[in-house]
Amino acid sequence: MNPPLLDFVRAARSAGLRASPAESIDAARAVEVVGLADRSLLRDTLSLVLAKTVDEKALLESCFDRFFSREGFAAPAPETPTRASEQPTGGDGLGEGAGGGGLAAMLRDGDRAGLAAAMEGAAAEAGLSDIAVFTQVNLFTRRILERMGLEALEREIARLGDTPAGEGLRRRREWLRGEVRSFARQNLRLFAEGEAERQRERRLAATRLSAIDRRDRERMRVLVRAMARRLAVQYGRRRWRSRRGQLDARRTIRRNMAWGGLPFLPVWKRRRVEKPRLVVLCDVSGSVAAVAEFLLLFLHSLNEALSGLRSFAFSGDVVEVSAILGRQPIERAIPEIMDLVGFGSSNYGNALAAFEQGWMPVLDRRTTVIVLGDGRGNRADPRVDVLGRIANRAKQVIWLNPEVRTLWGTGDSDMHRYAPHCRVAATCATLGQLERIVAGLLRDGGG
Amino acid sequence: MGTEPRFHALLHSIEATEAGLESAGYIANRQTATAVYLAHHLRKPILVEGPAGVGKTELAKSAAAWLELPLVRMQCYEGLDESKALYEWKYGKQLLYTQILKDRLGAALGEEPGLDAALERLHGFGDLFFSERFLEPRPLLRALREPEGAVLLIDEVDKADQEFEAFLLEILADYQVSVPEIGTVRAAVPPLVVLTSNSTRDLGDALKRRCLHLHIGLPGAKLEGRILAARVPGIEAGLRRQVLRFVQELRGLDLRKLPSVSETLDWARTLVLLHARELDPELVRGTLNVLLKFEADIEAAEARLGDLLHAARREADLRPAAQ
Repeated sequence: MNPPLLDFVRAARSAGLRASPAESIDAARAVEVVGLADRSLLRDTLSLVLAKTVDEKALLESCFDRFFSREGFAAPAPETPTRASEQPTGGDGLGEGAGGGGLAAMLRDGDRAGLAAAMEGAAAEAGLSDIAVFTQVNLFTRRILERMGLEALEREIARLGDTPAGEGLRRRREWLRGEVRSFARQNLRLFAEGEAERQRERRLAATRLSAIDRRDRERMRVLVRAMARRLAVQYGRRRWRSRRGQLDARRTIRRNMAWGGLPFLPVWKRRRVEKPRLVVLCDVSGSVAAVAEFLLLFLHSLNEALSGLRSFAFSGDVVEVSAILGRQPIERAIPEIMDLVGFGSSNYGNALAAFEQGWMPVLDRRTTVIVLGDGRGNRADPRVDVLGRIANRAKQVIWLNPEVRTLWGTGDSDMHRYAPHCRVAATCATLGQLERIVAGLLRDGGG
Repeated sequence: MGTEPRFHALLHSIEATEAGLESAGYIANRQTATAVYLAHHLRKPILVEGPAGVGKTELAKSAAAWLELPLVRMQCYEGLDESKALYEWKYGKQLLYTQILKDRLGAALGEEPGLDAALERLHGFGDLFFSERFLEPRPLLRALREPEGAVLLIDEVDKADQEFEAFLLEILADYQVSVPEIGTVRAAVPPLVVLTSNSTRDLGDALKRRCLHLHIGLPGAKLEGRILAARVPGIEAGLRRQVLRFVQELRGLDLRKLPSVSETLDWARTLVLLHARELDPELVRGTLNVLLKFEADIEAAEARLGDLLHAARREADLRPAAQ
């Protein structure tokens, strides 16, 4: 496989493409068939072989353009006014030494193609495509320059001293340095940026939701939507689960008609895995608000994998917020909800009682109730009995608590009283945990 | 594979592929032609994705017509399995033959003294009832056994179960399949395989990895114009430009299902049948249900009908002598 193609596959991977070794071999074979002469044809070919979704195709195309536009020496070389008088000294320089003189000569003649080729070669020797972080830009710039013959060039400049020719060469050396640095920077963008981005995302998924920086929020929302999208695609279809051991007589006879009704191939009864119908109760008081935002965003992005979703928010009192969330993007909906009920001190007893009063008929035996809250009711009556009635009426109650389990029941936490009524009571402080819980819910169809 | 198949010469360059598909009535963009060309030269299947009605299935049909190969089509659906995709034994025929041959078998075996000897004799007949003549080949096996090669169209592969996808892998990788009673069937000429998907679910990575992935989106005005001219030759140039512009404008609206190429063609044919010369509001309102398939979409379009028609007419007036 030819090295530029190998580099391109690496750059594409860094940009987020999942190209396997087998696919890069295919890419090499395909390139052998179509040749390298026609760039748009090459792009089409690589897009056919390497990119397997529409998003990946867009990624690949932008990466392709970046990859092939990174030739250096785009800026014009500084003009030397004493060009004519320079020529004889140039001859002297060439006589001095092959390597250093070569670089000096190329600079003097403004031989961009030669310089670009020398730079590519030196970069490959220096292993520039391994560049990983931006602090390495200067390091690689120096290594590349050294391999291009900087040392001999420096000697030549020193020898020429303060003559106009020496001055001109010095200026061109600075220009060269700048070009090589920007080349290294472009390579960093090409080979390392995607990886850094993914690392940031992994770190974000494991960070406590309540501790996420304001400037990372937008990125988090993108991440949450992507997670939800993945789950929705996976669980959006009607699914069946077979119950082995129970014969489905009707379908067995139909299936075995070809054998005169002799049951060669038994067909088992199967059960439909239902999409969960959810009622979400979110505590939006100060302590839990950040987590509530992401839970609501997650669930509302799941749409097609759910057969119904109604959301309620409370701190002291309960309001239904499904309409607000359906009307506008979550970024604007959340502040509106917060204005309505948020940031008070939470009173779980009141909230549960109000929910029972107002919306108990919403629940039936197919509904899953998700409560998000820390269970800290500021020493008010927890009304555990109401939660018990809710659990009886609904299919199940899942309680998500942003606090770690060891803190449950300490201080004013009533979590240990609520927990017995919940089918699942789990810690949910990071995006990773949130995803695991929701995925489990979808897999079992809510139980 | 020593000798190249007969149609190899036709696929000698991408330009030839593009022209060839066009001769079969399929106007392909460069990328589509590249995909077909590569599919043949790399012996890899093409996985075509894109919205409904952009010509995914048509691509396979046209390729078959152009290369003069038989088209073997397999429509996927939930619950599709090996016996419907690959082969099945003709049970009825087997049963009938054993009944008919009963006497003969009895006579043949009756001479033997003991049970062991009779069994031995029976073995001697070979696998009489599990031979070629009782085998019912289904699309996949048929495509592999075509002596001159074939175009195998596996339509809407996303509708099939995930297990079936795994089953396809062997066939798509080596173009061979093993039937336990007969042995391995290997394609003399690997078929040109086209899989289509409407993306109702994500296909497995393993399948995607083995395929060239082609995405056909809604075409631009120029390409669609060529398609329209090729497919509905009876349409006048002025009306054609109006239709094109109208549909392109319509795709700019926020609709549930954007009209696709097939809908454009249907609409154009409808207009030709109605002897329309140009678009007028009455005509468009009466035939809009050909283009749009949802009540809400039709209402949304009707509300904007004036603007859309205006744009379409102006387009036609601006370039009356352009073509």
